[in-house]
Amino acid sequence: MDEFSLYVLDITMNSVRAGADTILISLMEEGDWLTFSVTDNGCGMSKEQVEKLSNPFFTTRKTRKVGLGVPFLTMLAEMTGGGVKITSVPEKNEDGSENPDHGTVIRGTFGRNHIDFIPLGDMVETVKTLIQGAPNVNFSYVHTFPGGNVELHCAELRAMLGEEISLAEPEILSWIGGYLQEQYEGEA
Amino acid sequence: MKSLEELMAIKAKMADKVAVRQADGNEIRIVVGMATCGIAAGARPVLNAFVEGVTAAGLAENVTVTQTGCIGICQYEPVVEIYQKDKEKVTYVKMTAEKAQEVIEKHIKGGAVVSDYTIGAAKI
Repeated sequence: MDEFSLYVLDITMNSVRAGADTILISLMEEGDWLTFSVTDNGCGMSKEQVEKLSNPFFTTRKTRKVGLGVPFLTMLAEMTGGGVKITSVPEKNEDGSENPDHGTVIRGTFGRNHIDFIPLGDMVETVKTLIQGAPNVNFSYVHTFPGGNVELHCAELRAMLGEEISLAEPEILSWIGGYLQEQYEGEA
Repeated sequence: MKSLEELMAIKAKMADKVAVRQADGNEIRIVVGMATCGIAAGARPVLNAFVEGVTAAGLAENVTVTQTGCIGICQYEPVVEIYQKDKEKVTYVKMTAEKAQEVIEKHIKGGAVVSDYTIGAAKI
């Protein structure tokens, strides 16, 4: 993958598939570092599952035997002098009781000026793609960089639009794209 | 600046449209594979081309574009499947945004499968 925005798309899809209804995507560029995190309230993972994540031959899906999303992200982080950390709370405690605070946080740091880092790419397209694929999820997107920040909160949009209108409607997606684009252009 | 007022205006316009749309059994469903394999192979612009192309062609009432995970043929990504009632599923492989335009024109609009891009035409 040659754009960072594609990594963001791929990693955030994991949260969607974990059944999360609230997902925060945060990008913070400061000094030499980019910190990227995704925080979700999905089904979470056990300690053993989290440990296995860095192994490309671990995946829960049935259609193929390799899972490269997290290993790709980890490789890019480590190549640029950073790293990836995952913390997760599974839905069920060890004694079988429900844990209401379940969910996963994945956080990576990347040397944004490192020669092996890649362009950020089209973040607007990534956010639109996520909303198109999971219009019922409350995504929050916050990108902070020197001199400005760009934000989108799906819960606010939904509060305005009501439940009848899906955020995946082409007109709404196109408005979201323009809204983000103008924030980026205004801050640049 | 794109304002929230503008969003409310879109809402007002859409209220009628949403009510009109209803299932008549002839819907076409376009499904784009968006797992790691799809994304790495370029599925994001393909999905976008279908979403925008279907709307631009005025087909949005009858055609839905959705995403799915990995279907197990990663070497052929980006993979796009077309589902239509009473018709065999069509699987397009190694798609691009340009090919997507062609599929909308010929297949979705015109009803003719673009067999050059189907999995049957790909060298296995």
